[in-house]
Amino acid sequence: MDPILNSGDTAWMLISTALVILMTIPGVALFYGGLIRRENVLNTLFLSFITFSIVSILWFIYGYDLAFGADIWGVLGTLTNPFFNGVLESGTLSSYAPTIPEGLYAVFQMTFATITVALISGAIVERMKFSAWLAFVPIWLTLVYLPIAHWVWGGGWLFQMGVLDFAGGIVVHLSSGVAALALVILVGIRKNAKLLPHHLGYSVIGTGLLWFGWFGFNAGSALGATNLAVSAMIVTNTSAAMGMLAWVLMDKLNTGKPTLLGALSGAVAGLATITPAAGYVNVTAALIIGFVSSVICYYAVSHLKPLLGYDDALDVFGIHGMSGIIGTLAAGIFATPLINSAIKGGLIAGNPSQLGIQLLAVVVVGLYSFVVTYLIGKVIDKTIGLRVEEDHEVQGLDLNLHEESGYRLS
Amino acid sequence: MKKIITIIRPDKLEDVKQALEDIGCLGMTVKEVKGRGIQLGITESYRGKDYKVDLLPKTQVEIVAKAEDVDGIIDTIVKSAQTGCIGDGKIFISPVEDVVRIRTGERGKDAI
Repeated sequence: MDPILNSGDTAWMLISTALVILMTIPGVALFYGGLIRRENVLNTLFLSFITFSIVSILWFIYGYDLAFGADIWGVLGTLTNPFFNGVLESGTLSSYAPTIPEGLYAVFQMTFATITVALISGAIVERMKFSAWLAFVPIWLTLVYLPIAHWVWGGGWLFQMGVLDFAGGIVVHLSSGVAALALVILVGIRKNAKLLPHHLGYSVIGTGLLWFGWFGFNAGSALGATNLAVSAMIVTNTSAAMGMLAWVLMDKLNTGKPTLLGALSGAVAGLATITPAAGYVNVTAALIIGFVSSVICYYAVSHLKPLLGYDDALDVFGIHGMSGIIGTLAAGIFATPLINSAIKGGLIAGNPSQLGIQLLAVVVVGLYSFVVTYLIGKVIDKTIGLRVEEDHEVQGLDLNLHEESGYRLS
Repeated sequence: MKKIITIIRPDKLEDVKQALEDIGCLGMTVKEVKGRGIQLGITESYRGKDYKVDLLPKTQVEIVAKAEDVDGIIDTIVKSAQTGCIGDGKIFISPVEDVVRIRTGERGKDAI
């Protein structure tokens, strides 16, 4: 049977694409923007927005083909349609989702690339040169994101091994979280490394938009208006809610008071962790995943970070990196063919080798992202320089890098 | 003539202003300030880490008045700004040598 365009699937994927765009601009931007000093609010918001634009353009010039084009040795896709030339004109359906147009699949995937790179910015805020970030974005997209997306989703070697990553635990959260860690080791500790949010209300709006957009991210990754999309939506919401409650419990046990930032952080941890498993697990698994991820992320942020002494300003590694690892392994444990008939399932469904594949993916992708990001950062540091001048950092980046200020109250 | 510098809770400013107006004390200068008292501020907690915030936002009201009016003004401020909890603020009184009204050049009590 020849594939035919399904208008229901196409409508849902158009909406999902728009939902995921909302996660980056302004979801991530606001989430991060509320947490830093008021002197750096515009720079922090700007990092997400400029990243969105750069990645959007490169994605259609060559990015989509290198990630999702015909496979070369399991490593990278082939560049067959530079500038997306001919794809829109031909109106072909996607080989990855045969009921929607190829262009729609490509723009849906673009939104994942944009948010992945934008997420990294949370680690280096308040002290990285804007010019260095502008150089980092295209190089990182090309050398780190595109290969990893190809390996896991675009027919590459991990895809061929049958790795489970429904919506991006490996491709999005692990790769960005580890990259954030590599970059902060190079860019160094801020002179004022306190986490004293200047406007937590921004972060509330940002988290709300992230949560809302995540239904496009996860349920959209079903690639159609299907039962699987419904299942993914429910487990996504369940894990987020459980993550919030678990972090608030950790707050209460450790510092004595429930905190709003804790609740937001727990929800994001729950959302990020369920991501790779969203199309494979049931509600019980989602409850466990949300709870465990939140508790582990809490300790990564409040204990591991001070112990190791790196300055991951907004805990990109502590929350997204850890969530990517936990969620990817959880998929290998809880995945079941009862939810998704296209897979054999994980450990509990009697397929323990799946957990091995998941672990291999975490280790290899984590190492690859760390090493290549470190090298990229090193080269930028030697050429452009990663760190702003000391007085710019003290006075704030908004005035010195952009000649603007976020709050002009008179 | 005396200068009365009053540090109060920002949310008490409206009450204090109204109470002073009711006893006929109209002129004032208001500043937003930060400060701390003997309890040294408060502790805030973000992502499992405690931070001491030892300068809190306060409102400073400056009034220059005739010496005989000062006691009434102080009573009014205390009554209208008081909650009984830590952080209600303080009042400082000092002498003023002279006052000049720029519009007319009047000096002394007449210029207040």
